[in-house]
Amino acid sequence: MYRLPEYDYYKPGNLEEALKLLDKLGDARILAGGTDLILDMKTGRYKPRSVIDIGGLKELKYIIDTGEALRIGALTTIQELVDFPIVHSKTPLLWEAAIRFAYWQIRNMATIGGNLCNASPAADTAPPLLVYNAVVKAASLSGERYIPIGDFFLGPRHVSLGRSELLVEVIVPYKSLEKYGSAYAKIGRRRGHDISVVAAAAAIRVEDGLIADARVALNSIAPTPVRARSVEKYLVGRRPGIEVFREASKLVSSDVSPITDVRAPAEYRLHAAMVLVEDLLLESYKRAFRGGQE
Amino acid sequence: MRVEFILNGRKVAVDVEPSETLLNTLRFKLRVKSVKRGCERGECGSCTILLDGQPVTSCMLLTLQVEGREVTTVEGLEKDDLFKKLVDYFIEEGAIQCGFCTPGILLTAWAGLKQGRFKSVDDVREYVANLCRCTGYVKIINAIYKAATGVAGR
Repeated sequence: MYRLPEYDYYKPGNLEEALKLLDKLGDARILAGGTDLILDMKTGRYKPRSVIDIGGLKELKYIIDTGEALRIGALTTIQELVDFPIVHSKTPLLWEAAIRFAYWQIRNMATIGGNLCNASPAADTAPPLLVYNAVVKAASLSGERYIPIGDFFLGPRHVSLGRSELLVEVIVPYKSLEKYGSAYAKIGRRRGHDISVVAAAAAIRVEDGLIADARVALNSIAPTPVRARSVEKYLVGRRPGIEVFREASKLVSSDVSPITDVRAPAEYRLHAAMVLVEDLLLESYKRAFRGGQE
Repeated sequence: MRVEFILNGRKVAVDVEPSETLLNTLRFKLRVKSVKRGCERGECGSCTILLDGQPVTSCMLLTLQVEGREVTTVEGLEKDDLFKKLVDYFIEEGAIQCGFCTPGILLTAWAGLKQGRFKSVDDVREYVANLCRCTGYVKIINAIYKAATGVAGR
């Protein structure tokens, strides 16, 4: 039987209270959905002096369509991403990552903010958000600031939030991606309900027969979820085609640093990543032609 | 710390430690033994309960998190017609072996039926991902899908 460590428990009733607590308490962990934190406390990874349960902050549960972007409150659950029709229609990559995320019970608890702040290299929502060039909004007593998702992950379990900052919103610009074709895929040990061995999202825009822009992001293959910049750079300006996509996908190896763990050896991860990227580029290209992200 | 919530339609108040999971409060303080302690890591689904109507794993929740909320276990659905029908299909299909995973699966399936999530067998597979270690899942999936199509037919 697992035992949780002893800690002081706080349950702020609104955002201001939460920020004040965060500012005041030194060694505190934020409890959102709990699907990572409770397990990490059970296994002894974290032994915080204080736990701040932000589950009561109703003001952080929303999805708003601005016409340019989706603004998603940090406490929106993964299942809510699955169930909101605008997530499916405006940000299909994020929707696909959400439906492939663990299983129903966990999706009902886990939040988008928690998935990002936990900063697992395998964070499921990260590859789509990296492709959309999402921005996260952090709040503290001294105000708000916006952090591009590409600058958010610093290492495993490490993000660029200050000690008294709380992630409050994820902004997902979709308008700029309307002329792109895009695709997402995740490889786990089983078809679903599993941590990824590698997952990837891709988007491509073609203009006058040439690749005008390409975005590729992966998880579980580096200390943080990453953009495959070498792949992207190679593609831009080239004529799209199977050979080009295959050559591009080989460059994944210079963008990642896979490790061997219980789920897969590093060699397999890298190979799977290259195959995934090649497939996703081709699929994105097809979809770009059919007009839309599907 | 004192926590109050609704358990199967009745208000309960119980003293808990901040580090106490809902699973342990339900089993050891409130004596709800249908909620099973399985993996305790949110993987198997045996400890599933409904929180405000949504299935969640009670091993991954602190009891303090459910303050003021509605918790439902199979005991709370005994008189529910849809639930009775679901149980009948489980019996008809023989979708039960040792029974350890059954309460969690019934709750998950009931919530899925209630929310109209099962349009195909694949939907059942996607949404009822609880683990059963006795046998295959075919009879379980069939029983749930029968209940879903039966519901749709009415």
